[in-house]
Amino acid sequence: MSIASIRKDSTRSAWIRRGTFLAIGLLLLVVAPALLSGFRLALLGKYLCFAIVAIGIDIAWGYGGMLTLGQGVFFGLGAYCMGMMLKLQEVGPGRLPDFMAWSGIRELPTLWKPFYSAWFAIPAAILVPMAVAAALGAAVFRRRVRGPYFAIMSQALVAAFAVLLVGQQALTGGTNGLTNITRILGYDLNNTANRRGLYFVAVLCLGATYLLARQVVQSRYGRVLMAVRDREDRVRFLGYNPTIIKVVAFSLSAGMAGLAGALFVPTVGIISPATIGVVPSIEMVIWVALGGRGTLIGAVIGAVLVNLAKTSLSEAYPGGWLYLQGLLFVVVIAFAPKGLAGLAKLFKRRTGIAGQPQTDGSTVAEPPSTGIAEPARISAK
Amino acid sequence: MEAFAGQLLSGLSIGSVLILIALGLTFTFGQMGVINMAHGEFIMAGAYTAYVLQNSLGQDISLLVAVPVAFAVAGTFGLILEMVLIRRLYGRPLDTLLVTWGVSLILQQLARDIFGAPNVQVRAPQWLGGSVTLAGAQIAISRMFIMALVVLCVVGIWLFLNRLPQGARMRAVMQNRQLASCSGLKTHGIDRMTFFIGSGLAGIAGVALTLIGSTGPALGTFYIVDAFLVVVVGGLGQVRGAIIAATALGLLNSFVEFSTGASIAKVVVFLAIAAFLQIRPQGMFVMRSRALT
Repeated sequence: MSIASIRKDSTRSAWIRRGTFLAIGLLLLVVAPALLSGFRLALLGKYLCFAIVAIGIDIAWGYGGMLTLGQGVFFGLGAYCMGMMLKLQEVGPGRLPDFMAWSGIRELPTLWKPFYSAWFAIPAAILVPMAVAAALGAAVFRRRVRGPYFAIMSQALVAAFAVLLVGQQALTGGTNGLTNITRILGYDLNNTANRRGLYFVAVLCLGATYLLARQVVQSRYGRVLMAVRDREDRVRFLGYNPTIIKVVAFSLSAGMAGLAGALFVPTVGIISPATIGVVPSIEMVIWVALGGRGTLIGAVIGAVLVNLAKTSLSEAYPGGWLYLQGLLFVVVIAFAPKGLAGLAKLFKRRTGIAGQPQTDGSTVAEPPSTGIAEPARISAK
Repeated sequence: MEAFAGQLLSGLSIGSVLILIALGLTFTFGQMGVINMAHGEFIMAGAYTAYVLQNSLGQDISLLVAVPVAFAVAGTFGLILEMVLIRRLYGRPLDTLLVTWGVSLILQQLARDIFGAPNVQVRAPQWLGGSVTLAGAQIAISRMFIMALVVLCVVGIWLFLNRLPQGARMRAVMQNRQLASCSGLKTHGIDRMTFFIGSGLAGIAGVALTLIGSTGPALGTFYIVDAFLVVVVGGLGQVRGAIIAATALGLLNSFVEFSTGASIAKVVVFLAIAAFLQIRPQGMFVMRSRALT
């Protein structure tokens, strides 16, 4: 292919991409609110929160090769920051949320005090997860703990976090979590118009997250990140510091999960440890895997599709959904590791429509670096 | 002193079950680079085997029969998993992790459909009831039975690895797969054997766990995270590492839990492991290799 035709191709596909982005935006902002009932719209809003998490996971895993099984921690931190603020605003100054009173607490714990202010709570919902991720990332990546080891550590983190939330009943509401959230910044969440407004906020946040992620993965930094995913040692030999590169990506993905958590609480009205434990955290990964790791749009579509299927199927056959979910993990990862996006690309190539340029994550030609299991030296069969 | 001895024993008995679980994981992880999340469900399979045998044989001898049968049942599960799925995924450790997680979801739901969602109870046989007093602490005889069983298994594995030709082959593949293959070993067959033995040990762990608590479809998920932490701390494919790390984890958990409560204990243990990895990122014992990473 000549350079001119590549350029022509890439401008064409750039227009296609912009068109798709606008079309999806229109669909979400105009068509969906017009057609869906308030209940369905809130469900869609929830899926969009999950899509934000999925974009974050895609940056860490799809582009950075860090399989994070602990994204629930960051989602949960964001959600609890937001939930604490909403709870406090609901009960008013000087009074305690109901579950604290049940646990026999007389005075508001110090940890809760700053959350009276939305100016503190909303930034905290994003910055606290980012800080935790940066701390964990710095600790493990600096010592070159990676691959499966990192995955296990992130899973252990979420296991510990969930137990902590359940155990500290008086501080966190225990197993029930923070419930009955009905107001946000003075707006009543039972009101249909306000719920609709919240939905629009979720759509805009998703759009902003998507654009930010797009900028990140297309930047020079994004290219180095993918290089770290594919051959970390070579990147190190070239004089980069993979630790910093990975910490930034991990922290960014945690920030996105935190934002999603903060949006999730007012949308759904409850946050509890059941939403963020080991199992939900690994479910988040399958959204990205199904949509296609290494493509941002794939992550979004995967999150929405899987959750749509979950809602509709688990209402009818709860057991059936678990089988299907298990099969999804097996079939997608083992036989279609590039997910729906990979299938779409295959289909395009078969039918002769010009493929997209090789910059948008299609470099996931080989599986992410095997990391520390290398000593086993297993030849791919 | 009594409290101390009590915590020591409960830590040791949990730690010893962790040894059995982690041994299987450390073999498959170390030899094949496979992260088997369905390992927890092999524990469950072992526990339900004990339950089924109790119902058909009566509770006095069923436990003794259950140990070898559970080994075979869980091992067969592992063998099937290896032959159907995992062999396609060698060299993709993160992908095996996710695939086997899917398998574990399916197995859990199967158990729920077959045995029902509520937990079932395996009653300990008469001869394991009661307790003895040692150093001022009451020790249930069933816990001592678990520890004895684990010691037996560990000795057996040690003899197998160090005295039998099959064990030597397994070690060879674990240390250097390519060289072993060049020397004429059929590495794939050895992989299957490793998988069978590793999964079978999880089955025995399942039988042991029926003496500690009730058996449910989610039994494995309680232990899988801890077992993987043991592998990370102990080092890949290291029997010594798994034993020391599992015992340490069991004891640490038990003592921290005693002094601060269960919810803080998990966090403390996690932080301790993160700190440990700062000092020894590849675990306690490292297989010598010239590999870069």
